[in-house]
Amino acid sequence: MDTIHPQKIAQGGPLVRFADVTKSYGDLTVLDRLNLDIEQNEMVSIIGPSGSGKTTVLRVLMTLETINDGVIYVDGEPLTHMPKGTGLEFASEKYLRDRRSKIGMVFQQFNLFPHMTALQNCVEAPMKVLGLSRDQAEDRALDLLKLVGMEEKKDHHPSRLSGGQQQRVAIARALAMRPKVMLLDEVTSALDPEVIGEVLNVIRSLNSEHSLTMIMVTHQMGFAREISDRVCFFYEGKIAEQGTPDQLFDDPQNERTKQFLHAVLDAN
Amino acid sequence: MMEWRWDFTFEILPRMLWATGNTLLAAGVGYLIAVVVGLVLMLGQRTPSRIINVLVREAVEFIRSTPLLVQLFFVFFVAPQFGIKLSAWNSAMLTIGLHFGTYLSEVYRGALEGVPKGQWEACRALNFSTAYTYRRVVLPQAFPIALPGMGNYLVGIFKETPLLATIGVAELMHTANALGAETYRYLEPYTMVGFIFLIISLPTAMGLRRLEAAVSRAQGNTHL
Repeated sequence: MDTIHPQKIAQGGPLVRFADVTKSYGDLTVLDRLNLDIEQNEMVSIIGPSGSGKTTVLRVLMTLETINDGVIYVDGEPLTHMPKGTGLEFASEKYLRDRRSKIGMVFQQFNLFPHMTALQNCVEAPMKVLGLSRDQAEDRALDLLKLVGMEEKKDHHPSRLSGGQQQRVAIARALAMRPKVMLLDEVTSALDPEVIGEVLNVIRSLNSEHSLTMIMVTHQMGFAREISDRVCFFYEGKIAEQGTPDQLFDDPQNERTKQFLHAVLDAN
Repeated sequence: MMEWRWDFTFEILPRMLWATGNTLLAAGVGYLIAVVVGLVLMLGQRTPSRIINVLVREAVEFIRSTPLLVQLFFVFFVAPQFGIKLSAWNSAMLTIGLHFGTYLSEVYRGALEGVPKGQWEACRALNFSTAYTYRRVVLPQAFPIALPGMGNYLVGIFKETPLLATIGVAELMHTANALGAETYRYLEPYTMVGFIFLIISLPTAMGLRRLEAAVSRAQGNTHL
């Protein structure tokens, strides 16, 4: 493989940059030379049919999976790679440990720790990873549980919370690490219809009052349209079309986008 | 028709109780060894080296596929011919530890695999180290899954200890055999063996069920 040369990303440049990122499983290419920039404070929604690579975008950015080619930059530095001479090589686990905390992720299945209370779920990582004292970590966690409306259930274990409540705790847990970018992976897909609203409200307030940088994979077209600065339509591991919500939903240019939107909006 | 003799029963009771102590010792020590051996055998199948993993896997399968009694005889009667001389007790502990260690390694493996993949991913997303992930998230969740299997093998080992009589470990069965040979009365000794096993196994099994429920409650499960 040729030496990869790091890109210079200027101050105030994109917070996240996917530069020609390819991810494949054997013969199956899930991300195909993807280029994507996410600006500071931007809310980007990713939509597309299943198998289009949209969840993979979040998983490789969270470093849950490695990429095969290209480089991901976060906050001006390469994330997936580390410097070697004048070029780059794939990052070691230790290098990732130093940088991964800039990214937070909320999962479709919440993935709360079932043997810990809501509060413990939010306190653990700030103490062990960021080195906060217990008091500091609990103060921070309580503020965040309040933000997501879960402070009264702080001593409950996840098994005693509804799906919507668990997901709100999971959002607080991710926020407690003060990530620079939050990844939301189909966070309402596993929820009963009547509790989806409470989770969307939390995301709304994070977006409007806290202007957090967020990348959201979603099937909730109405919500994506309402909240996003930009919507990216994925097809076969690439961005087939992207634009403001109005552009993409009202005036799609790509045939694939039109078909997808027809199919999805008909179903609703 | 032979009649039950209480005077004989009380006469042999002290020897039977002493043998019960040996039985419990054999089961307890054997179990502790098996618990540790099981851990080593489980970790031995999860190393970065594929060759080691396969070798340990095959060894586990080999031990699991042969009877305990054959292994016991092999260690006690055959190994000395190759210069490895172990006492009856040491042979018994080694064999029980290895034999049940292979079963416990499977219990551990199943328990680890029972922890959802999402838990590992959440730990990675929160930037926990691997050691911390195991200690604080994975093992506490794997333990309740492993507990029923671990409990079954504790009772299982206890009930297999009569096999040790065959190599001369002075446990319950061996003592009952000896008493029968000395007095030509077998009814009382063997009945007592069965009864003693029963009154130890039953409460142990019940205690284990309660422990499982208590651990599950402590982990925040309310539906049990």
